[in-house]
Amino acid sequence: MSTEKGWGMRAFDWFEERLPIVSFIDNSVGSKYPAPKNLNYFWNFGALAGLVLVIMIVTGILLAMSYTPHVDHAFQSVERIMRDVNSGWLLRYMHANGASFFFIVVYIHIFRGLYYGSYKSPREVLWWLGIIIMLLMMATAFMGYVLPWGQMSFWGATVITNLFSAVPLIGDKIVTLLWGGFSVDNATLNRFFALHYLLPFVLVGVVVLHIWALHIPGSNNPVGIDAAPQDKIPFHPYYTVKDMFGVGVFLLAYFTVVFWFPNIMGHTDNYIPANPLSTPAHIVPEWYFLPFYAILRSIDDKLTGVILMFGSILILFVLPWLDTSRVRSASFRPIYKVLFWVFLIDCVVLTWCGAQVAEGLPLILSRVGTFWYFFHFLVLLPVIGWIETPKPLPISISTPVVAKPAE
Amino acid sequence: MADAAENQTVPTEDESRRDFLLHATVATGAVGVAMSMWPLINSMNPAADTLALSSVEASLAGLEEGQAITISWRGKPVFVRYRTAAEIEGARSERWQDMPDPQSDEERVQNEKYLIVIGVCTHLGCIPLGQKTTETRGDYGGYFCPCHGSHYDLSARIRRGPAPTNLEVPEYTFLSETNIRIG
Ligand code: FES
Repeated sequence: MSTEKGWGMRAFDWFEERLPIVSFIDNSVGSKYPAPKNLNYFWNFGALAGLVLVIMIVTGILLAMSYTPHVDHAFQSVERIMRDVNSGWLLRYMHANGASFFFIVVYIHIFRGLYYGSYKSPREVLWWLGIIIMLLMMATAFMGYVLPWGQMSFWGATVITNLFSAVPLIGDKIVTLLWGGFSVDNATLNRFFALHYLLPFVLVGVVVLHIWALHIPGSNNPVGIDAAPQDKIPFHPYYTVKDMFGVGVFLLAYFTVVFWFPNIMGHTDNYIPANPLSTPAHIVPEWYFLPFYAILRSIDDKLTGVILMFGSILILFVLPWLDTSRVRSASFRPIYKVLFWVFLIDCVVLTWCGAQVAEGLPLILSRVGTFWYFFHFLVLLPVIGWIETPKPLPISISTPVVAKPAE
Repeated sequence: MADAAENQTVPTEDESRRDFLLHATVATGAVGVAMSMWPLINSMNPAADTLALSSVEASLAGLEEGQAITISWRGKPVFVRYRTAAEIEGARSERWQDMPDPQSDEERVQNEKYLIVIGVCTHLGCIPLGQKTTETRGDYGGYFCPCHGSHYDLSARIRRGPAPTNLEVPEYTFLSETNIRIG
């Protein structure tokens, strides 16, 4: 038997010598990437986010082929997509609900990071890149929601762009620059379309950096201690298979909504064409912005409200230093574990408040919720890092399994 | 080691000259790049045709006391209200010096009968309610913005709520008794 390589293998080697792209992928998400062997299902959500990004880009490009970014035609071109374009309804519902599912997946991914301390040294830059991804997602989602040019599109765009008028001195100039006119109008719609098309590709670039930064220290794990080499297994096939299972479950949930409840996360007012002379009685942003909207409205002063709203996201950049505990996983932090759940509930309460009219109980709750949000980050996290006694950490990630469950 | 000794004999004067040239070049380049950004950014500002649409004329002849009309100007609504004597009185009787954005009613109108303001809430840009008779006019009888609860009075001054300033008064001129030009 000859040890000569076949021609296919030789052609492959020839190409790899010149552009080692296959081994690059194999090192990134393949058999050459050693991952801790104890990753649970919460570690599926990064891969899921990548999948949704691909779905969004593909459906988005196809939608753009039938969409007209002009105030007189945008609404009708979307209706045409729904009624006349082949599978247009499917593309649009996949895209609109894809945005919601993107945020669901990414929020779970972020809370996973908060619970297991994935933002701590040496993963701070990885965490930063994640926040940048979230900010880009928010900008992209916001501008995408404007494109159908319904009532909520128009008034959402008006309210959000007006946030910048709170900037002292040059606020109004900034807003005029954003609009390209004196109100949200055709110029605004055109540039939002251009940017909505651009930003997802910027997003892809930052995702690549995010994965690059992940590979320097490697994945965190539920126990939170550094995994020794003998405690790691190749990403492929172990985690590719586990991710595929997650993808299956995800697609079931996603297409259940796309096929049977396509408008459940939308707002009916957006099926009314935009009218610049009449504001809907009750403006609400998309659900994924609600907690931030509640924070904005919790304060009666415009500038303070805007600062708090942006601050609620920007504060995440310094989280690695606000959390003074060196133990990563909440499994070993009795006090933090409680605070984590309280914080999660706080975010859910703020989400609810954001959808209500800002008066009475919702207003009080959004004030309490906003206070707690910042209190959690600015006071509790630094303090409990000092006063809390963590449970003893296992020596290796195998120990809890061999001895008894760490929980 | 001979090499190192030789390197040290390079006159320092020459090095600082080279540094200066390097820094000056980088600085000039940076300023040039920064300046070339401006036309790019400025291209996003309102275009000439958008600016050209900046005035509109309207007749107030059909308007009766207590009624209001909305005129569209630069894509925004302009509220015109023909105030009753009682409303004018109401707008002028209160102490304006203590209001959040202190301004007297006299400063805000040219003809006391007609209150003319841009109908865009100074908080985040919603259209306040109060133009139509069926709409609520808020706790101060003027306008009420439902988005985040700003109350405006009979002179469209902010009285309560998150809006920081009074409804803006556009530039306008009375061409005749009942004809105005806005812008
Ligand atoms: S936009 Fe009017 S109160 Fe916020």
